[in-house]
Amino acid sequence: MLEIRGLAASINDKPILKGIDLTVPEGEIHAIMGPNGSGKSTLAYVLSGREEFDVTGGTASFNGADLLAMEPEERAAAGVFLAFQAPIELPGVNNANFLRTALNAIRRARGESELDAVQFLKLARAEAKRLAMPEDMLKRNVNVGFSGGEKKRNEVLQMAILRPKLAILDETDSGLDIDALKIVADGVNALRAPDFSALVITHHQRLLDHLVPDRVHVLAHGRIIRSGGPELARELEKSGYAQVVAEAA
Amino acid sequence: MTAPLPSGAAGFLARYAALRDVLPGDPALRDAAADAFRTGGFPGATRGRRSEAWKYTSLRPLADLRFQSQLGDASLLADDAITALLARVPTLDAPRIVFVDGAYHAELSTPPAWFARFAEQPDFGTLTWPDREPLVALNTMLAADGALLHVPEDTDAGVVELVHVSTDGAAAHPRHCIRLGANARLTVLDVAIGSGSYLHNPVTEVHVGAGATLTHARLQDEAPGAFHLATTYAGIAGDATYDSFTLTLGGRVARNEVHTLLAAPRATAHLNGAQLLTGSQHADFTSVVRHEAPSCVSRQTVKNVLNDHARGVFQGRIEVARVAQKTDGYQMNQALLLSPDAEIDSKPELEIFADDVKCSHGATVGELDVEQLFYLRSRGIPDAEARAILVRAFLAEALDAVTQETVRAALEASVERWWERQAA
Repeated sequence: MLEIRGLAASINDKPILKGIDLTVPEGEIHAIMGPNGSGKSTLAYVLSGREEFDVTGGTASFNGADLLAMEPEERAAAGVFLAFQAPIELPGVNNANFLRTALNAIRRARGESELDAVQFLKLARAEAKRLAMPEDMLKRNVNVGFSGGEKKRNEVLQMAILRPKLAILDETDSGLDIDALKIVADGVNALRAPDFSALVITHHQRLLDHLVPDRVHVLAHGRIIRSGGPELARELEKSGYAQVVAEAA
Repeated sequence: MTAPLPSGAAGFLARYAALRDVLPGDPALRDAAADAFRTGGFPGATRGRRSEAWKYTSLRPLADLRFQSQLGDASLLADDAITALLARVPTLDAPRIVFVDGAYHAELSTPPAWFARFAEQPDFGTLTWPDREPLVALNTMLAADGALLHVPEDTDAGVVELVHVSTDGAAAHPRHCIRLGANARLTVLDVAIGSGSYLHNPVTEVHVGAGATLTHARLQDEAPGAFHLATTYAGIAGDATYDSFTLTLGGRVARNEVHTLLAAPRATAHLNGAQLLTGSQHADFTSVVRHEAPSCVSRQTVKNVLNDHARGVFQGRIEVARVAQKTDGYQMNQALLLSPDAEIDSKPELEIFADDVKCSHGATVGELDVEQLFYLRSRGIPDAEARAILVRAFLAEALDAVTQETVRAALEASVERWWERQAA
């Protein structure tokens, strides 16, 4: 379970997060919604260990471990996965090799045996097929020449293969058509389990029709200003953020 | 064994005085080269004298060394030590020509039928400039042997390995000549290895006949104490291609200097390469591409990976003569600096006298991309492994320029062994 208490973070001395309190129990999916610039992506980056952000206060623990004290790769080994809003291109790095290296690094860190190329390809092909991804995406360089939708699906493929305990999806729905959106939602739903939780960052309620959250939180000006059930997302879609933000102010 | 020779240029001139009458070929040519070398000396070795061509590379450390005085067949290293060194040479299942300290080694070689020795048929070629290049002067003065690879027209000669092994204390000046007749094809994997502190100063003259293709891959994997100073002159005829790639891994001070002459319409030159340097290694890639005919193409991408205090140098000049309309020239130098103390000096130059040409050049210098690094680490890949993946990716793009698959695989394997040595 993820427990965030009073989390504050800044970049270049500019405060972005100003005291976040959030608990995501095991097995639950929580949505974070909010206007642009509210700190949603910063929260995702801070939880996954991006060094450019300075944590200036508060704590974040994951299954009892101090998340903020861990290196990004240690967080990944502990089960944290960030699906990037803008996935990074890696020219010269083969997608299948990248995925196998990542999976084996995590398995090694967990004391599990590594997969050989044959075992890995069998797994990767099956997951790619489930996500309706063309098989040649495994042979291409990571995200190079991928369309926006392909990049997002590649994130979900990585998630499916790495099988995290906590998935943070940073606007994974943006730029996706409705079919791709369903595929992404199905990919996350397939991982649902009593020991899996997710933090879904989104602008729109659209994704949440397919990926029904247990809780919805509204983030504005670096704080969570309101929390509620799935109905809160629908309310926001109807009335917009302005009213909720004004009420909280 | 004779008395040790003096250090520096004087030592080499004394050696020439002793050997002048036994060296093969025209003594007048050697005498002229000796005069040029006496005048020029080692670049950087004489205080107050600076040459633009050697602006970033000084041979002063070389001038301070003494080398063995003997010539030729008597190698200082036992055969089993040479065999151990040869284990580092990629095996291509191709004919192999081996030189040890500048002399042909028949027992270690499996030469093709069209191979001949400079010692038996001295051929100084027509393209070199001993009067302008001090190291070419030094080579011309002292060259005792070398490989002559003459492929007849319309012949596909496949692949050949040309290997040079240097031993501690040696100074070798092999003189090679590769000549392809019209429409001939040849791939040469040119490997330089050795052990100890030595000078390897080869001069290679290349003639690619009309419509012919020479793939010239070089693997410079010299010992950490080596001075590797290689000069190549390539003349490329109409519709012919000189496709070269130089992988520089070794040496204390290294320079790969290439002069390319695109002499007739639709000739093509590729002068690609990668330099992987650590410690206090210094490697210089200097090239001059001269477009002397219309519609010729030149392509050059040189990638540098520099760690510790290593220093990379890239000097590239494209010259386009007035007649060389429709020239297509491209030159790029990229450097990845893995340490704050590593350094790259890059000097691309264009000199264009024609008015209808497409020429571009550029240089990039950078560190590893922090976003790419974070992306890899966020997937569980530890920092050191993530860095290695990104450096390999940078190099993989360079090696993609090697189109001959067996040769590319051989170079990739050498890069892998280089990685293993770094990790050890």
